[in-house]
Amino acid sequence: MQHEIKEAKEMSGKLMLRAVAAVLVCWAGSASAQVQMSDDVIKIGVLNDRSGLYADLSGQGSVIAAQMAVEDFGAAAKGMKVEIISADHQNKPDVGSNVARQWLDVDKVDIIVDVPNSGVALAVNDIVREKNKVFLNSGAGTSDLTGKACSPNTVHWTYDTWALANGTGKAVVKTGGDTWFFIVADYAFGQALERDTSAVVLANGGKVLGSVRHPLNTPDFSSYLLQAQSSGSKIIGLANAGSDVTNAIKQAAEFGIVQGGQNLAGLLVFITDVHAIGLQAAQGLILTEAFYWDMNDGTRTWSKRFAERNGGKYPTMIHAGVYAGLLHYLKAVQAVKSDSDGAKVVAEMKQLPTQDALFGNGEVRADGRTIHDMFLFEVKKPADSKGPYDYYNLRATIPAAEAFRPLDQGNCPLVKKG
Amino acid sequence: MRSNGASTELAPARTPRHLLIAFGIMVVIGVVAPFLMYPLFAAKVLCFALFACAFNLLIGYTGLLSFGHAAFFGFAAYVTGHGAKVWGLPPELAILAGTAAAAVLGLAFGMLAIRRQGIYFAMITLALAQMLFFFCVQAPFTGGEDGIQGIPRGMMFGILNLENSLTLYFVVLGIFLAGFLLIYRTVHSPFGQVLKAIRENEARATSLGYNADQYKLIAFVLSATLSGLAGSTKAIVFQLASLTDVHWGMSGEVVLMTLLGGLGTTFGPVAGAAILISMQNYLAQLGGWVIVVQGVIFVVCVLTFRRGVIGELARLLKKPL
Repeated sequence: MQHEIKEAKEMSGKLMLRAVAAVLVCWAGSASAQVQMSDDVIKIGVLNDRSGLYADLSGQGSVIAAQMAVEDFGAAAKGMKVEIISADHQNKPDVGSNVARQWLDVDKVDIIVDVPNSGVALAVNDIVREKNKVFLNSGAGTSDLTGKACSPNTVHWTYDTWALANGTGKAVVKTGGDTWFFIVADYAFGQALERDTSAVVLANGGKVLGSVRHPLNTPDFSSYLLQAQSSGSKIIGLANAGSDVTNAIKQAAEFGIVQGGQNLAGLLVFITDVHAIGLQAAQGLILTEAFYWDMNDGTRTWSKRFAERNGGKYPTMIHAGVYAGLLHYLKAVQAVKSDSDGAKVVAEMKQLPTQDALFGNGEVRADGRTIHDMFLFEVKKPADSKGPYDYYNLRATIPAAEAFRPLDQGNCPLVKKG
Repeated sequence: MRSNGASTELAPARTPRHLLIAFGIMVVIGVVAPFLMYPLFAAKVLCFALFACAFNLLIGYTGLLSFGHAAFFGFAAYVTGHGAKVWGLPPELAILAGTAAAAVLGLAFGMLAIRRQGIYFAMITLALAQMLFFFCVQAPFTGGEDGIQGIPRGMMFGILNLENSLTLYFVVLGIFLAGFLLIYRTVHSPFGQVLKAIRENEARATSLGYNADQYKLIAFVLSATLSGLAGSTKAIVFQLASLTDVHWGMSGEVVLMTLLGGLGTTFGPVAGAAILISMQNYLAQLGGWVIVVQGVIFVVCVLTFRRGVIGELARLLKKPL
C-alpha cells in the first residue's frame, strides 16, 4: 500500500479548499431546505420506488394522485393547509425506515402513503404505529398488514395478496388450471402471494407441484422458467410484480412456454406492465385489479385528468388507491379537527363509510382493510384494442363482500380485542 | 530477537497535546450533536465512524485492504437482531453476541486471507464476503430481502431505556468512544508499532524475528470484531438488519469513508464517515444520483487531496492527527 505521497503542489491545496467549500455549501444549502414546519399543516409523505422496478406503477404518479386528492378535496377552501413531500425508498427496508423515521421525527409528517414493496411497508408499519401517525398503504400487497401485523394506525387500501389469489387463483383453477408451479419474488410480498394463492388452489381442488424463489429485480428468468417448464404443471404462477413480472412474461414467450401447453398466471399485473409487455405477448392474460380507468364516467374523467399530468400515462390501481385513500383521510381529519393523533384519525376513517368516484362505496374494516369490489379482467387481443391503454375486458366483478379475506381469518389482534 | 520489548521505546510515552485537544473537540461535538440535529442521524454517524475506524486499523496501520468488511458489519447486525428479537436477549448481550459472531467470522476469514497480499488479499476477502452475502439471502433467520425488522431496543443493563432517542444516542456515543480509544491504544502500543513495521516492509519485519502472519491475523480479527460492534450497534439503533449491511457496496463505502477522511490518521475515518453519511442523508432526494455524487467526490478526493480531509489538515498543521 502506497502511503507516502509526494509533496502536493500549491494548486492542489487550493483545489482542495475549493472542493471543501463546495461540499460545505451543498451541505448547508440542503440542511436549510429541511426547515421544520409548524404543526398546523397536514403533511403528506409519499414514500415509494421512484427509480427502480416499481417506479412506473407507483413513483411520481402517486405524488400526482396525492396532489389531485388534495385539490379535489378543496383543502385550501376549507382552510386546511396541506403539503406533500416524497422520497425514494429504493426498495430497501433500511432506506425506507430511515426516511420514515426522519419524516415522523423531524419533518413532522402526519401521514405516509403508498409504500409499494411489502418489505418496506412492514417496516414503515411498525414505525408509524410507534409514533402514532397514519400509514395509508396502497402500493404494498402483503395481506399480513391487515393480518398478524395489523396496526391501529394503518389502512390498507387498494389490494392485497389474499384478494389477488382469491381473484386470479380461483378463476384459473375453475377453468381447468389445476396444477401449479410458482415463480416467487423472494421477499415478504412474493412469499405472502405464494402462500395465499397456494391456499386458494388447494381449497379449490388443485395441486401445487413446486416453487422457485428469485431475488427482487431479476433481469434473467431463464433458469426459473426452465424449472417451471420441467415441472410439467398446467399453470406457472408468477408471484412477483413490476418489471419482474414483465421480464418473466417476455422471456416465457421466448422459451415458447405457452406454445408448449403451459399457461402463465400473472398474480399481480398492473396496466403499466401490460403496456410494457405489449398486447401481442400479454393477450389472454387473466388478472385481478381493483381499478381500471375505463369502468364508468367517474373513472374515465379522473383518469384522463391524471394522464394529462402524467405525460399521457394512465393510472394504475395503486395511483387510484392513493387518491381515494387520501380523500378519505382528509375527510376524517376534517371530522376529527386534528391530525396529531394518528390512531384517532384512523378510527374515524373506520367510522366513516368510504365514498369516491374511483372505488364507489365501501368501508374500512376494523383490521384496517378497505373493502370494495375487485375485478377479474382478461387482456384484450391486439385487434380488439382501440388504442393505448384500451387493454382489458371485464370477465367478472368480485363483490366487496367476497373480494377480501374474512375479518376473522386474518389473526389480526385488533379484531380479537374488538 | 523474538521479543517485541525492543520496540517499546518507539511508542510515545505520552499522548501528544494536539491529539488530546482534537479528541476533546470530537467529544464536545459528540455531546452537543444530538441537541443540534436528529439524534438517530447522529447515532448513525457514530456507528459508521466506528466501522471506518475499525477498517482503518487494518488498511491504515497494517496496510491490508480488505474488501469484505461488510460481512462482519452486516452479519453482526443479523446476529444482534436475531438475538434481541427471537431469543429475547437484552441489548447489551445482543450486541455482545453480534460482536462475538463477527470475531469468529473474522478469525475464519483472516486465516484464509492473510496468506496473500495486495490485490489477492482484497479479492479473497471480497469472495468470502460475497459467500456470506448469499448465505444471508438464503438463510431463513435473516428474512431475505425484508431483513430482520422491528428489533426491540429494550433496556440497556436493565436501567437505560433505549426507546428514548437521547439515551440511545449517549449509549452509542459511549460504545463509539470505547472502540475509538481501544483502536488508538492498539495503534500506539508496541503491537501497533510492529503492525506499522509490517506495513512498511513485511520482509524486514519478518527478518527481525516477528511472525508477520500472526500479527496480521490478530489485527484482522480485532478489526473484524470492532466492525461487528459497529454493526450490532447499528442494528439496535435502527431496529433493522438488512441485506444492505452485508452487501459489497457497504465494503466499498467504508473504504470511501476512510480514504475521504484520511488513511492512517486517528480522526480521519470519523470525519470521513460524518461527511459521507451526511451526504447520503441530505442528498437522499436525488435518489440513485447519490452514488454518482459520491463517485465524483471520491475522484476529486483522490486527484486533489489524496491524504483525505484530516490528512491534509494534519499536513497544514504539520502535526499527525
